Amino acid sequence: MELLPTIWFIAIAVLWTGYLFLEGFDLGVGMLMKGFARNNTERRVLLNTVGPVWDGNEVWLLTAAGATFAAFPLWYASLFSALYLPLLLVLVALIFRAVAFEYRGKVDNPRWRARWDWAISLGSFVAAFGVGAALALTTTGLPLNANGDREGGPFAWFSAYAVLGGLAVVAFSLLHGLAFLALKTDGDVRHRARRWFVRLLPVLLLPIAGWAVSVQLLSGEVWTVLAVAAAVVAAVLAWNFARTGAEGRAFLSLGIFLLLGSASIFGAAFPVVLPSTLNPDFNLTISNASSSDYTLGLMSIVACIGLPLVLAYQAWTYWVFRRRVSDAHIPEAHSFLPAIAAKALARKD
Amino acid sequence: MDALEIARWQFGITTVYHFMMVPLTIGLGLVVAVIQTMWHRTGKPEYLRMTKFWGKLFLINFIMGVATGIVQEFQFGMAWSEYSRFVGDVFGAPLAMEALLAFFVESTFLGLWIFGWKQLKPAIHLACLWIAVIGSVFSAYFIIVANSWMQHPVGVEMIDGRPVMTDAWAVFTNNTALVAVPHTLFGSLAVAGSFLLGIAWYHLWRRRHDGIDTIGADGSVVPGESAIPGRDRADHAVWIRSLRIGAVVAMISFAGTSFTGDLQGKLMFEQQPMKMAAAEAACHDGTGFSILSLGNVGSKNCDEVVAVIEVPGILSFLAKGNFTTEVQGVNSLLDQYKADYGTHLPDNPIYGERAGQEIQYVPVMEVTYWGFRMMIGFGGFAAAAALVALWLARKGTVPASRGLMRLAVFGILAPFGANAAGWIFTEMGRQPFVVAPNPDANGIDQVFMFTAAAVSPGVSAGELLTSLVVLTSVYAVLLVVEVKLLVKYIRGGVASAMPELVHVPVDENEDGTPRDGGPGKPAGADDVLAFAY
Ligand code: HDD
Ligand code: HEM
Ligand code: HEM
Repeated sequence: MELLPTIWFIAIAVLWTGYLFLEGFDLGVGMLMKGFARNNTERRVLLNTVGPVWDGNEVWLLTAAGATFAAFPLWYASLFSALYLPLLLVLVALIFRAVAFEYRGKVDNPRWRARWDWAISLGSFVAAFGVGAALALTTTGLPLNANGDREGGPFAWFSAYAVLGGLAVVAFSLLHGLAFLALKTDGDVRHRARRWFVRLLPVLLLPIAGWAVSVQLLSGEVWTVLAVAAAVVAAVLAWNFARTGAEGRAFLSLGIFLLLGSASIFGAAFPVVLPSTLNPDFNLTISNASSSDYTLGLMSIVACIGLPLVLAYQAWTYWVFRRRVSDAHIPEAHSFLPAIAAKALARKD
Repeated sequence: MDALEIARWQFGITTVYHFMMVPLTIGLGLVVAVIQTMWHRTGKPEYLRMTKFWGKLFLINFIMGVATGIVQEFQFGMAWSEYSRFVGDVFGAPLAMEALLAFFVESTFLGLWIFGWKQLKPAIHLACLWIAVIGSVFSAYFIIVANSWMQHPVGVEMIDGRPVMTDAWAVFTNNTALVAVPHTLFGSLAVAGSFLLGIAWYHLWRRRHDGIDTIGADGSVVPGESAIPGRDRADHAVWIRSLRIGAVVAMISFAGTSFTGDLQGKLMFEQQPMKMAAAEAACHDGTGFSILSLGNVGSKNCDEVVAVIEVPGILSFLAKGNFTTEVQGVNSLLDQYKADYGTHLPDNPIYGERAGQEIQYVPVMEVTYWGFRMMIGFGGFAAAAALVALWLARKGTVPASRGLMRLAVFGILAPFGANAAGWIFTEMGRQPFVVAPNPDANGIDQVFMFTAAAVSPGVSAGELLTSLVVLTSVYAVLLVVEVKLLVKYIRGGVASAMPELVHVPVDENEDGTPRDGGPGKPAGADDVLAFAY
């Protein structure tokens, strides 16, 4: 078995898991802007829990994509071109979401805010769904021909697995977002988030469980099945911790759930990175889709230096902004009077 | 239009758009970091105000760079899958490194800078900005390494029809990249310089227009006070200093682009002689540089191009550093290219309906010829304008002329135009190749790829058209939003970025409902959120 491609398969699984763990909660918080948050102050509480960190979290996605390009160019090329339209939707969602975070508070006007609120919550939803669908399909397969190109037209990728994967990431993100809010806010939002978490956990973990089980049925191994079982235990623990008010531990247990779940999924898929549903001979695997050992070696060195650094300074960021946010901390909206327009006002006095 | 043409339009539009945000991010980021450092050193209030004001504009622009950059990262796989398969072994690495070593740094430390005004010690807060800005510079380096490899493939061997990296050092120290990086960084600073200059001019003009600043007996400015928050005496210092910094930055960066651009040109004459010949619309071998060529610059066989004003020797100087060496023109290069790389695209399904067609080796000459001149022209205009501005503002304020003010404000666009023209020239001049073969000594002549073979075979023209329309519309809408927001904050002046300057107590929304999160905040609440969305 090839060592470097295997390491890079694991590295990419780690990057995706890191992405789901970190952006998972800010996508969840984004979706909760509608439905959960009750007024503008609460929405601002939500926004400010993720404000300093969401962009750094999103870079995990870019790094996962970039690392796939560098380490498995054929995987990157086939997956991204086969999923052309769904990824376009993801891009549009990410664009609006990013801009909304920054621009929402820049004009003090309820209609302006309402529009960007929709951009944040819909954008988060669509992005989570699209990423989930893409990840599910890379484990369950796409109709690829011998060259790795999609057969069957723009919607040939559509399958029950796409929907399942999409729902799995949406539901997980919602739950993870609730756990994060319970941990990072105070007052009513905190308690409501915890209540919702406890109530919704059994439902929201169903789709991701469905995905994990279907991958086990397709290509599971003993250890990956055991990982699924362990993930179930972690979920039960998370539920129990949340019920008894141990918010930190609930958040952590949910994270362990994600880790085990994604290990079981990627582990079962290994060594195939992208199966072809047309002919197993066309499967992309860690050996026929990877870069040369030279490139993988170079990337390994870079990753060994870069990744610990990233983890260290991102952890530091969470430490700097560790305090809980509540209604009382939200400053008034900055209703600046433009200096130029203010002149007219000043004359009147 | 077929899939290939749509994909090219899409890549061109989205990249040029991305590169409207990028130079402002890089240039303004550096400038704000320097200004905050001066505040840190001197404690002068105008430097704090400048940091806040320019920092706000920086952030409004930054986010658009982020949003449009994600599209770029995905696009190689989505629309150019054959390209990604071909170059993946060498091209993916700088892209992945850019994300891992630069984007993480930029986004994380910028988050710390935005939200950390109170949580972090001042020195650490300042360091966060510097780290983020240096991250941007690294991101520029990595992406240009990737781009330079397409211009000048090095460090690879062909194995099974694909370039495989054998020498990472050669890839990361590609001489094309080593000159393109500083050229692009200076180009970015040029944007920041004119941006500062134009906006500061507007505010100085406004202060005169509103009667706040007056001219004293000796002809120099008498800064005044006004009752409006943020328009006091310190405000005058903010703008005159911004104007001077902007003008100096604009001039230095033009000198920088000229110097590095000259080096780049000399390299390009070796590496992609056809691109440079097309930039000159130089059909025949010769030594003269055309200042104006008329006739059908776009005609492929060059018969109709007439050089109206030509300076002998200059072309040789640009290419070789002397005035006499003959530089090959399009016609003789054409024969060479045909001999080396064939006259027709191979009959291979990878070329789609273009298989077997004749290859057009001459890039679109209107674009290369005028692109090259627009880049230099717009850049030179901005630098000359900066010099004049510095002179006109020597007495501490700007002339009362409304026309001059407008010129200064619209002048902001010139370096943007120069940057866009530079990229369009670089990229379109490389056609018909997406990875250009390099006949020079250390380039690898046999590593090349025709653009016609690069597009995703499995993606339909309909899908590409959908994405082209969707992305272009989204970008158009967001451009309007961004510009409106920038204008609003610019007109607002420093107070728009510093709520603490304006304390206008407003307890109700316009419709009379109480404002959310109104009064009654506990003391010390600020410690949790020094800045809030
Ligand atoms: C010379 C500089 C330069 C050039 C040629 C490009 N970019 Fe860029 N890019 C930047 C300089 C930059 C930047 C200054 O670093 C940005 C702008 C705003 C930002 O966050 O970083 C950025 C942002 C940015 C982002 C978002 C990063 C984030 O979320 O923080 C991505 C994914 C890309 N770019 C990708 C690309 C790709 C694939 C390009 C090639 C086609 C490209 N950029 C051209
Ligand atoms: C931000 C700066 C850049 C700008 C403004 C720019 C501009 C363009 C333009 C205008 C085209 C269309 C050319 C044509 O169709 O004739 C193009 C094509 C392309 N460029 Fe760039 N480019 C930039 C940077 C890059 C970088 C950094 C890369 C690689 C990392 C790159 C890769 C490509 C590819 C793959 C194509 C498509 C193939 C083609 O049509 O040539 N570009 N670019
Ligand atoms: C006398 C002045 C200048 C000269 C001689 C010059 C020369 C060049 C040359 C030869 C190229 C093509 C390189 C290639 O094909 O790879 C280029 C590209 C470019 N130029 Fe200039 N340039 C000048 C001024 C400017 C100015 C003022 C700006 C912007 C403000 C600018 C921005 C760019 C950009 C963004 C590119 C494309 C990216 C790159 O390859 O670095 N240039 N320039």
